[in-house]
Amino acid sequence: MEINRPTTLSEALEARAREPGASLLAGGTDLMVEVNFGHRRPDHVIALRRIDELAEVDGNRIGAGVTWARLEKSDHRALAQLARTVGSPQIRAAGTIGGNIGTSSPAGDGLPWLAAVDAEIEVASKDRGVRKLLWSDFFTGVKRNALAPDEVIVAAVIPESIPQNQEFAKIGQRSAMVISTVSACVVRDDDGTVRVALGSVAPTPVRARRAEALIAENPAPTESVLAEFARTVSEEVSPITDHRSTESYRRHASGVLARRLLERCLAK
Amino acid sequence: MIVNFNVNGESRVANVAGSESLLQVLREELGLPGSKNACEQGECGSCSVVLDGAVVTSCLVMAADCEGSEIATVEGIGSERELHAVQQALVDHGAVQCGFCTPGFVVTAAHLFEENPHPGTDEIKEALSGNICRCTGYGAILRSLEALAEETT
Repeated sequence: MEINRPTTLSEALEARAREPGASLLAGGTDLMVEVNFGHRRPDHVIALRRIDELAEVDGNRIGAGVTWARLEKSDHRALAQLARTVGSPQIRAAGTIGGNIGTSSPAGDGLPWLAAVDAEIEVASKDRGVRKLLWSDFFTGVKRNALAPDEVIVAAVIPESIPQNQEFAKIGQRSAMVISTVSACVVRDDDGTVRVALGSVAPTPVRARRAEALIAENPAPTESVLAEFARTVSEEVSPITDHRSTESYRRHASGVLARRLLERCLAK
Repeated sequence: MIVNFNVNGESRVANVAGSESLLQVLREELGLPGSKNACEQGECGSCSVVLDGAVVTSCLVMAADCEGSEIATVEGIGSERELHAVQQALVDHGAVQCGFCTPGFVVTAAHLFEENPHPGTDEIKEALSGNICRCTGYGAILRSLEALAEETT
């Protein structure tokens, strides 16, 4: 195995251009599980943790190398909430938001928030420079994304106007150190419109657009609107049955969770 | 490939074959078996070490990525003549179950007390949350560290 340990982004892009498809290593919390279980044996690794410019938070631009431990203290409320649910302190000290984006697991804890705030994923390559892809163009399937073999994830860029009334929660088989069976994020604007995103219920994070439209029409929802909101969310997701949960439970829980988060936003 | 890093204050050189973990290199190459190999997926915390100032699970650290790093393992905490305050507290309270997870608890707790000599119960629980996996018997560990936090107040 060969390894590059660049200290600048341009060195990393050089290495990636020379070795397209080389495994990118950030905190190691996903890649090393696959290595330890014999699912992956990388021939070439580009280790990213020495690149200071990836580890910066600059306003609404969150560097790919920023760890969950740092994001626990983020000003973005739901981002801080979800960061606290990632693994254990040890995992949060190592794992990064860029790694979460790169792995593109349907259960990635950061993904519903990125979807709810309409984040752009900034990627870069030596030959084509910087590209910014809306989250929905970046995440393309289960552990699949639009990152080209010569590109590196640089940052998540959040629109300036994102409301701070936001809530995240996830459901798992126990209350800590767990991969989510359903996760959700709700962001509510001052005008009463909401964005509703869910994770672990489709190949990629998804927005519940019909449920969002329902609240746009009813910004002060009555009990019956809230019930319809939950029902609509349940209909909009497309979960599967697997070793963690069933399709019907995930569908039901999606509605319950989204409604609960909406009610928390409404109570503020 | 040759990787140079510092373990417990000593410069060490490891011959790393491929993508193996820091845990494997510590145990198999460097003769430091205190960090335990159990889940290999970062869940149990029994392989916890301090890497460049943060407690991490060494099973999820690629050894080849440790060039130039500072690593502290359980072997560097206390000595046979004089136990670290955390180790003494665990002994005093009989805070051990089968003992396999104990090195990880020692590393995590020693780091916690270095950063915060007077942690509250919630802070202790939060810090140890990555070392608690499936056993019972964590009450004595918690009580021992609560007592230590009070002692140093």
